[in-house]
Amino acid sequence: MERHGLRSYLVGFALAVILTAIPFALVAMHALPPSRLVIVIAVAAILQVLVHLRFFLHLDLTTTPRENLLAVAFTAILLFIMVGGSLWIMVDLHSRMSL
Amino acid sequence: MFGKLTIEALPLYSAVALTGALVTVGGVLVVAVAITWLGAWRSLWTEWLTSVDHKRIGIMYIVLALVMLMRGFVDAIMMRAQQSMSLNSDGYLPPEHFDQIFSSHGTIMIFFMAMPFLTGLINIIMPLQIGTRDVAFPFLNSVSLWLTSAGAGLIMVSLVIGKFSTAGWTGYPPFSGIEYSPGVGVDYWIWALLISGVGSTLSGINFVVTILKRRAPGMGLMRMTPFTWTALCASLLMVFAFPALTVACVLLALDRLLGMHFFTNAHGGNMMNYPNLFWIWGHPEVYILILPAFGVFSEVVATFSKKRLFGYESLVYATAAIALLSFTVWLHHFFTMGSSANVNAFFGVATMVIAVPTGVKVFNWLLTMYRGRIDFHPAMLWTVGFVATFVIGGMTGVLLAMPPGDFLLHNTTFLVAHFHNMIIPGVLFGYLAGYMYWFPKAFGFALDRKWGARSFWCWVIGFLLAFMPLYALGFKGMPRRMEHYDDPSWQPYLLVASLGAFVVLLGIGCLVMQLYVSIRDRKATADVTGDPWDGRTLEWATSSPPPVYNFAVLPEIRDREPFLDMKERGVAYQRPAAYQDIELPRNSFVGVALGGLAFALGFAVVWHIWWLVVVCGLGMWVVLIARSSDDDTEYRLSAAEVARIEDARYRAMGSRT
Repeated sequence: MERHGLRSYLVGFALAVILTAIPFALVAMHALPPSRLVIVIAVAAILQVLVHLRFFLHLDLTTTPRENLLAVAFTAILLFIMVGGSLWIMVDLHSRMSL
Repeated sequence: MFGKLTIEALPLYSAVALTGALVTVGGVLVVAVAITWLGAWRSLWTEWLTSVDHKRIGIMYIVLALVMLMRGFVDAIMMRAQQSMSLNSDGYLPPEHFDQIFSSHGTIMIFFMAMPFLTGLINIIMPLQIGTRDVAFPFLNSVSLWLTSAGAGLIMVSLVIGKFSTAGWTGYPPFSGIEYSPGVGVDYWIWALLISGVGSTLSGINFVVTILKRRAPGMGLMRMTPFTWTALCASLLMVFAFPALTVACVLLALDRLLGMHFFTNAHGGNMMNYPNLFWIWGHPEVYILILPAFGVFSEVVATFSKKRLFGYESLVYATAAIALLSFTVWLHHFFTMGSSANVNAFFGVATMVIAVPTGVKVFNWLLTMYRGRIDFHPAMLWTVGFVATFVIGGMTGVLLAMPPGDFLLHNTTFLVAHFHNMIIPGVLFGYLAGYMYWFPKAFGFALDRKWGARSFWCWVIGFLLAFMPLYALGFKGMPRRMEHYDDPSWQPYLLVASLGAFVVLLGIGCLVMQLYVSIRDRKATADVTGDPWDGRTLEWATSSPPPVYNFAVLPEIRDREPFLDMKERGVAYQRPAAYQDIELPRNSFVGVALGGLAFALGFAVVWHIWWLVVVCGLGMWVVLIARSSDDDTEYRLSAAEVARIEDARYRAMGSRT
């Protein structure tokens, strides 16, 4: 159990470092045009969130108690409101500013 | 060596600023001399500052809140004095100083008065109401307290060394950016918020886990007290909302320190994303402040009407609905940014919708009082005063929720009157009601009723005098935050508002007097039963003040009002056959150390003393590692010792009856 826990943390840590290094490297090397770079950074960030949930908070769909999944669902709703709302507000503002 | 810090930072440039600095330094010296004279340094350190007991941490939070209330109120009365005399004149405050004062007033009242007050009340009472021995993470609780105190310390230091922000309590860029605010003021503001914000997030996590995991056997979610419910919802909001503030402040700090362009006009920055992020935190924050106050009113109204709370379930659902909806209204703080009609309409309607569950609660309280045997204890006075005045603020809020109305009233004193109308009767009256209601639980003697009532009348009359004229001024078009003005028709209203501020000052004087009289007469008003108001909920089942372990035997819960249920079944003061050993957390200096290092770190960043930043950062890391490696953080209180404490309590109760 103890060993399994340590292994899971190390795998998670390695994945987290890789997912952090990729965007930094791409930015430092100017490897992609900015529009595509932003998409890569966003994807790496979302994957990083999933890595944290799986390897550090030990959430998965089979063994997790129901209340933990409820908490994740609640978090997802709030994130949807905050991120979605921010995008809606700022994109709307952007389109009005560029008229 | 000292970064930007030079002798120029001392406030020798203005008599008013120098006075403020001298009062601050003098106050600290007086307290230090008093402690030395009483020989209390050792007991202060071992029994209070290093304590991880939730009751003591809660008391320290409230002491911090009351001290900062005084500071924030001095700012308020200085602004009222300036505006009442600055018709076609400069008054006594130069513009830059006036701007610092309204910035620090808002910052202090929200972050260092209201937040510590509510965290303190939840800390003292919530674990008692759910029947547990402490919060889930007692050490983390101490860390939260000291991080909050570190933030408050930074604000106080800005009075003496350097200047405070002039960018208002919201710190909008581009004005708060390095180009327009090159001084240290905005940095003080950012780092005070960042450090105390981490403390608040940790408190939120602590309370959520405590309420979900540590309830006494038999206490289902729908048997929790209304105060615990509101504490749970407010804590969830803290956990989810505070990160947005942290992000906004960090990005602003990066703009200022490292020349980045998140919120600048040039190089792809977008300054309007700052209000967006700030209010994603800021609107839930309003409900973080007010939900626990709603909880206090719900407790007080049931106890002093001698009735079960009317419509418990509707109140719980209303609380949960407010908590979720509070995340869907943030754009109403910046309608005038100029979003398209759809965006404004969505957030306007959402804002009006959130008034519905709040309205439900007003009926809960009114119908609890209906046909009750009302005892007008000061706590009850605050509650009745709240219902009567808060409804006005609610209605002006719905006016502001309409985007066309908001375009007319935005940034006028109408807005100032509206949010003070929410936060003084709603939040502060609630906390003061809680303070007077639970004081005997925390200290073992009751507060004086007469001075409490006097304070209430001064506060409510002073509040109405101070803020009703501002509604009228807002309609007449007076912008907020004016240092001087040239419209003579405004001055009479501003003079009435100043009069109101002085009546509130009398109310604060009555609070001080009440404390003095109550401490003087503490023998006569001692609470030996632990149940001075014929209470209904679990906190009244234990002694006042409660022993360090709260409950010698964790109670079995069979009803929504457990202690009333125990009294009715005749088992309220029954003693168990035998006591058992109790595991308790050991006191720790690590919380104080982390707070002190965080304070020094913040101060060093503000003044660009980079070596000190590194030292403090490393220091915090070392202390945390050392603490995490310490396995000996608990001690065992023997059954014999528990029996001795309990025997003493029952003897005292017996001698009274």
